[in-house]
Amino acid sequence: MSVREADLATPTDEALAWLASLPVNFWLALAWIAVIILAASLADALPLPSPTDMDMLAQRQAPSAAHWLGTDRLGRDMLARLIYGARISLTVGVLAPLIGLMIGGLLGIVAGYVRGALETAIVATADVLLAFPPLVLALAVTAYLGPTLANLTYIIGLLGIPAFTRVARAQTLAFANREFVLAARAMGATELRILWRELLPNVMLPLLAFFLLAVAITIVVEGALSFLGVGVPPPAPSWGSMIAEGRESLEIAPQIAFLPAVTMFLTVLSFNVVGDTLRLVTDPRQGTL
Amino acid sequence: MLGFFATRLGYLVPVLIAVTLLTFLIASLLPGDLALVMLGDQATPETVRALRHDIGLDQPLWWRYLSWLGGILTGDFGRSFRTGEPVLAAILARLPVSLELMLLAELTALMIAIPLAIRCARTSGGSFDRIVTGIAFAKLSIPNFMAAMLLIYVFAIQLRWLPATGYLPFGEDPLGNVRAMVLPALTLALAEWPVLMRVLRSDMIATLQEDYIAMARAKGLKQRRILFVHALKPSSLTLITVAGLNIGRLIGGAVIVESVFALPGIGRLLIGAIYTRDFMILQGVVLFVAAGFVLVNFLVDLIYAVLDPRIRHVR
Repeated sequence: MSVREADLATPTDEALAWLASLPVNFWLALAWIAVIILAASLADALPLPSPTDMDMLAQRQAPSAAHWLGTDRLGRDMLARLIYGARISLTVGVLAPLIGLMIGGLLGIVAGYVRGALETAIVATADVLLAFPPLVLALAVTAYLGPTLANLTYIIGLLGIPAFTRVARAQTLAFANREFVLAARAMGATELRILWRELLPNVMLPLLAFFLLAVAITIVVEGALSFLGVGVPPPAPSWGSMIAEGRESLEIAPQIAFLPAVTMFLTVLSFNVVGDTLRLVTDPRQGTL
Repeated sequence: MLGFFATRLGYLVPVLIAVTLLTFLIASLLPGDLALVMLGDQATPETVRALRHDIGLDQPLWWRYLSWLGGILTGDFGRSFRTGEPVLAAILARLPVSLELMLLAELTALMIAIPLAIRCARTSGGSFDRIVTGIAFAKLSIPNFMAAMLLIYVFAIQLRWLPATGYLPFGEDPLGNVRAMVLPALTLALAEWPVLMRVLRSDMIATLQEDYIAMARAKGLKQRRILFVHALKPSSLTLITVAGLNIGRLIGGAVIVESVFALPGIGRLLIGAIYTRDFMILQGVVLFVAAGFVLVNFLVDLIYAVLDPRIRHVR
């Protein structure tokens, strides 16, 4: 981070130029995420049929004016189920990594800055937690606690902590001995101030990029748990359980499984694209290439 | 080398102990009385008390942990609360299926990843490289269960080439066994190859810029020989590590794939134990899988040190 020569462009111009330099797929991904978030949060206000009302006379229908995306095996409206399913995926998908980001991020920054015995303890604990295959641990703990939205969020969130700890620690280690930290210390800044004002802003961006990738992973994990029947219990729609239910109709009405699959794929891909773009932008090593 | 081995071993033991402790604590400290959960709605205070006594829940926590650990060290993982089957026997009976699945998956993934990575590295930045890298990135967003459904739809329902379910033991019908394994292994391999390909590709690009590669070119060696002999081995260190670390993901994937394709492996055992609330099996499988994963990572570290002498002398 060398000191730049006096820049002629104003900060806004620079920001605009930077935004314009981001690739098209980044904007497409962002647009898709916006659509999903809007649909999920406005679900109750949208003129949608109920996602749980069954209609045994209208099973596995093709798309029509009454059911834009058709109906499933029990005659429930697919579009409504997809949108209400997005609520579950997004709630778990965003809140669980938030737990990891806050607790893991904090532990990682402290471990990377304080060093010593505390660092060893934090790293060793993270290593042990990483020794468990995450899906197996999530399955086991969900079995004990019972599958509710809150429990799923806590469990997946806790499982994400060690990964966030690792990322935050690595980033902090890279910054802790840089000139601006030394300068702040030489000027008499307290340790807390150095952590808060000097390190946190620098560690935050890479952590945010990792957060977005974690959202993608979390949506997949939640989908897998629901697919296995250990997620949010029916009749609440969830993308994973919709795909599992669609399996029984795979031969006669494959769209029942593939509509939620495509929706989930696009959502996960979008978070991956946005996260990956941010990672490339914020990674100092890549920036110098 | 012996010193390195001792250091790694000294690290392995506390991690394994921590793994048993964590597995035990998950089973013991989480809310919900195990006896109550197992008995369900029909529980009366007397039956709960009797069951708590039977399975030793009325003993202090540390005593239960030590006796469980002591049992494990002598090969006794306890018995299923449901069927009375010894936990270890239940695991070992299903282990070959899971191992076969994971081995086939990893081999298939490597067979897809290595040629693609070499071709991409050789022409990095070209259109082939960009397309393959793009596909690999997109594939990372397709979860196992989604890929499984897609493969079933195409190969079992539309083309009718392969069965979607119906496992046959290798001893009874080798061909049928392999046929039943193709789609499950392919599902897992499809999830693995992008990760392996990305790692090998970037290492390979770096290796190809080394002086000795230029030297090999100057000597007039064939392109093929340079790529496969001179460049592949030094580039494959990270690949081996990642392939080892991925076993954790592979196990998670195996749970899903076994349940989609109805394969009688460890994953099905785990899911079944969750559905029937068979906590001894559940606890045993989680410990077995986690300990196995730790041991595999230990072995990967050793192989890594054998392949790259520089590692042994770090620290």
